This record gives sequence, C-alpha cells and structure tokens, in this order.
Amino acid sequence: MDYRFVKTTCPFCGCGCQMFLEVMDGKLIGTLPVKNAKMNQGKLCIKGWSAHEFVQSPDRLTQPLVRKNGRLEEASWEEALDTVASRLSSIRDAHGGNSLAFLSSARCTNEENYLLQKLCRAGFGTNNVDHCARL
Amino acid sequence: MTNSIPEIEDADCVFVIGSNTTEAHPLVAYRVFRALRKGAKLIVVDPRKTQLAQLAHIHVRIRFGTDVAFLNGMIHAIVKNNWQNREFIEARTEGFEDLEKMTQKYSPEEASEICGVPTDAIREVARLYATSKTSTILYTLGITEHSHGVDNVKSLANLAMLTGHIGKPSSGVNPLRGQNNVQGACDMGALPNVYPGYQIVTNPDIMAKFEKAWGISLSQDVGRTIPDMMDGLIDGSIKGMYIFGENSVESDPNIHHVRRALTSAEFLVVQEIFLTQTAQLAHVVLPGASWGEVEGTFSNTERKVQRVRKAVEPPGQARPNWVILSEIGRRMGLKMDYSSAEDVFEEIRSLTPSFAGITYDRLHDEEIQWPCPSVDHPGTQFLHKGQFTRGRGLFHAIAYRPSEELPDAEFPFILTTGRRYAHYHTRTMTVRCPSLEREFPGPMAQIHVRDAEKLGLNDGDSIKVASRRGEIVTPVKIGDTVPEGAIFMDFHFQEANPNWLLGTSLDPVSKTPDYKVCPVRLEKHPTDGL
Repeated sequence: MDYRFVKTTCPFCGCGCQMFLEVMDGKLIGTLPVKNAKMNQGKLCIKGWSAHEFVQSPDRLTQPLVRKNGRLEEASWEEALDTVASRLSSIRDAHGGNSLAFLSSARCTNEENYLLQKLCRAGFGTNNVDHCARL
Repeated sequence: MTNSIPEIEDADCVFVIGSNTTEAHPLVAYRVFRALRKGAKLIVVDPRKTQLAQLAHIHVRIRFGTDVAFLNGMIHAIVKNNWQNREFIEARTEGFEDLEKMTQKYSPEEASEICGVPTDAIREVARLYATSKTSTILYTLGITEHSHGVDNVKSLANLAMLTGHIGKPSSGVNPLRGQNNVQGACDMGALPNVYPGYQIVTNPDIMAKFEKAWGISLSQDVGRTIPDMMDGLIDGSIKGMYIFGENSVESDPNIHHVRRALTSAEFLVVQEIFLTQTAQLAHVVLPGASWGEVEGTFSNTERKVQRVRKAVEPPGQARPNWVILSEIGRRMGLKMDYSSAEDVFEEIRSLTPSFAGITYDRLHDEEIQWPCPSVDHPGTQFLHKGQFTRGRGLFHAIAYRPSEELPDAEFPFILTTGRRYAHYHTRTMTVRCPSLEREFPGPMAQIHVRDAEKLGLNDGDSIKVASRRGEIVTPVKIGDTVPEGAIFMDFHFQEANPNWLLGTSLDPVSKTPDYKVCPVRLEKHPTDGL
C-alpha cells in the first residue's frame, strides 16, 4: 500500500485554502485542511472537502478529438496539434493576427495562463486574449 | 484585495456590499464571524436577505442596481457631519472638491428616493463606517456585474479614501475573487491590454522588453474583450478561436448569442478536462491534465502566490497544459522548450517585477503576497501604504445611472443571479463530485411569499421565467430572501440556466455584462405528473 499526502491549493473559489490531497495507490481518496495555513487555519468548506471527487471521473477527456465529417473523432496528439497550428496559422496568414482570439482560464495555473498569453501574443501577433474575470 | 483575509477579524466595522459571503466565500465569512465575536459592527448591503444579512447590525436592503445613489448618500452624510478624514484627504488624495460638489445632489432624502433605503439607515451606516477606527469593505460580483459596475467600484474607493480607511491593516477595498486563479489569470496578462504584471501593451518600452525576451515582434494594438470577441465571430472579423479551460456556452450571458458566435467560427479549438457544451462545438478538443495532476501556482484573492502540486497521473493521453501550449508554440516557431512548470515560473519572474522575488523554493515554506520585487522582500500584506500606485488617490465624482434594462409592464420582475454553496459555476466539476451533487441536486429559484400568492404558487411548484431573449422553467422556493418584485436564480444547472434570459448590456468601461438586473415575466407552469 502506497499512502501519502500532497500539499496543494483548493481549486474552487479565490480564498486559496491550503489542503493535503490524500493519495492511496495512485488514486485521490480525500482532502484534509492544512492546520498551520494562515488563511484557512485547518478548515475547509464543503467544496474543499469534496474537491478530489471530480478529478478521477470516468467522464474525463483522455484522447485528442478532431472533427471529421461533422463528428468529433479520436485522433493522435501529432494530428491534433498539427491541425491546431496549421489552421490557426492559415487564418492568420489570410486575415492577420487580429482575426484570431484566445480565451484563457481562471481555473488553471499562473504558468499555464502565462504560456497561453505568450502563445497568443508571440505566436500569432495579436493581443486578443481575455478570460472570465470580465464576466 | 488591498488587504488580507486574516485582517478582517480585527476590523471595527465590516461593510459587506454585493457579496453572499457565507455561500460564495465560506472561509472569508468565518473571519467576519470572528470579527463579530470580537465586537465589530457588521453592515450588509444587499437586496437579498442573505445568511450574513441576518447576522448584521444593519441590513441595508437596497433596490437592485442603485448602489451609486446609496454610496453617494453615505458620502453626503459623512461630509455634512464632518466625519471625513481631513488629514488623509489633504495628504493622500486629489479631486475631493469635485466629489463634494457631485454628492451635494445626494442628500440622504434624495438618495433614499432612488435606493429605497430609509434616510436614518443611510446616516447610521455612514457614521459607523466613517467613525470606526478601522473599517473594511468586502464586495463581489453584486458590485461589478452591472451595466455601471465600474462606477460602483469607484464609489467604494471614494468612500475608503474619504475616510482614510485604506493603506492600513483591517481596512481597504476588498474584492473577494470568485475563482481559484482569476487573480492569477489577470496577473499573468490574460487580458487584452496588459502583459504579465499589468504592464501596458501600448507602452513602447514594455513592448520592447517582451520582444527581446520572446525573440519576436509584437502587436501594439490593444486586443478585444470577450463580449467583443463574440460579436467579432458573428460579424466575421474574428475567424478562429482558442478556448482554454472555459465553458463559454453556459457561463456567458445570452446563450443564443454565444452559441451563434461559436458556431460561426471557421476554426474553434477547446482545451479542456471534460467534453463541455463548449467543447462539443470545437473542431479540435485537446485533453488537458487537471488540478491534482500538475505542478504550478495559483494567486488567491489576497494576491498570495501558492503552490499546486501533482498527486496523481493524468488519465489516458491527457497532458499537462503547459506541455500542450509549448508544443503548439514550438510549431509556431517560438522558443518554448520548458522542462517543468518551475522553468516557466522562472521566465515569469524575469519579466514581471511584482513576481520577481517569488521562487518555488521560497513558496515551500513561506506565504508570499505580491508585489514582491526581490528575493529578500517579504511580500506585501496590504497595498497603498504611504502612497497610491498613481501617487495621490483620485476621487471620481460619479452620478447615479440606472441599470440599462429596467422592468416594464411586459417584464415586471427583476431577475438576479448568483452562486449556491455546494456548486461552482457551470457545474462541470461539481456535478462530478457526488457529495456536492447530493447536497444540492437541482435548480431552485427564490421568490417572495406575496408574489407567490399573487401567482398562485406553492413551494416547489414550477414557474416559467421569460425575458426578451427567451424562457426557461424552474422550481421555486417561496420565502422572504428576495424582496417583492424579484426572482433569484443560480446559474449552475443546464436545464434552468438564467444565462438564456440575460441580455448583452455591458459596463461601458470594463465590458462586464449585467448579470444582476434583468427584467422578466413569471407565470405558473403546469407540473408534470401531479
């Protein structure tokens, strides 16, 4: 039996409660509040206590999908990534970078948000990047 | 937030406006409870009788969308009674005369006409807020999600500067941010007008810095906002869209409009963990690794940068988002050969002065709030000590503007929307948390008992809610949480999502849609099987 705790930050609201993910044999089985965290001081709300439950849902996407003949079909990473790069480049080449738009994610990490805006600005030459803070 | 969450419990006056804190931010509400126990005065300004409102010394049951009139009324009362902080106004601010002149038109009597709050309550709230030693303002989307959201926020800033309740502990103007990393997404420049660290895209020196770092020439045009992007897809000026971790179809107002926009795209790519309604419209869907499966950082509402860590492997072929984005970047000829999330963070630090002093090593055992300009800097617990970012704080003289779309004979009720304690946004995650789904399994609108009588409704009956955009059916809970003439709906359930009903009226500056005031018509709906 492999049983361990991994310290992390709650994925729900902006409070940023500190928690341990409880992991047994490679599966998430629970969350526990961090007692010496200044913000939550050993407490979590009902969402924090249940946060691990969605991660291993059978509904998770596990393979890239590419639309063919109107239907989303499973594809390799190479095909999916090549399609994204070539379709976005051809739109940019035909209509300019400002004909593309990027939505980033308030759900994802700083590192991921940084890279998304870098990809938009440096890769496609447009500042058309926004996310749901505005909503 | 200008200040930090633990400071709330030491405030003498807690002023909560447009925030259902116990449901949306339970661990902030806990600090408010502690403040109460320590003797603080609690003022809650909200049209709804929320849980926190029931614990307040004064619950100000303001009319929907009239915050500016109420706040100007408070400012009028403060100035009239000399409760303002003259020293602070003189030393730290400018534009006070303009504010004083504008608010002369908002005596408590005049403000009361608009906002429906008794004049005595306006004066008493003004006195408590202004004369307490420390007063802290907490707000959320009840302030910002209006066609005059920016005016609301500026009015709160006026109040804090007028009384000097800013730039010191247990005070300030504190937006409680709704999502785990909405602060960080802003900090990282996922906005059309700024690079990471709020560095302006139109500043040539800033642009040159990023061009040098990224090895490519950049655009000086300010980009487009989400509502403007959606319009652009429909008018054809935007042809391709990349949506990363956002379920726009269900979360944006006026779903008809958003679906039309996204299905107009020549090419739509969605990077997601579930096949959301939005992902189902994509040409390519890229499966990302989830929270719990990746390393990285989030910035919380207090500007605290905290680690998230990998505990388990992603399922199937799902990959960390930083890997996916780097792969596409490389195909576009960019140098994006990162070896880890920490490697990306090092690049962020090198280009973002407010993050320069934060390292993964330090985050191992320190809690650091930006700005943190150097590795020997402890971080910043509260902002605006000694001076404001622009130097002197600028008062804005703001006149009350009614909400853009108002009730009329055809649509006489006001629909307002919000979050419920067990769910989160479009429920893509919480629907898959069995504990939460059990707790709150379906939509439940709230209406006032007298309206229920007029409509012939019992608890649990279904009603049809119609606006100029469309109609939906939802069960109702009858009570006195909402005032007469209003209906509250959560936005968590596909089958009764109020976003079908909302319009596209926007704040003119922030382009934030109005999710809080939407005229609707209510009718009893026959319940099947009874």
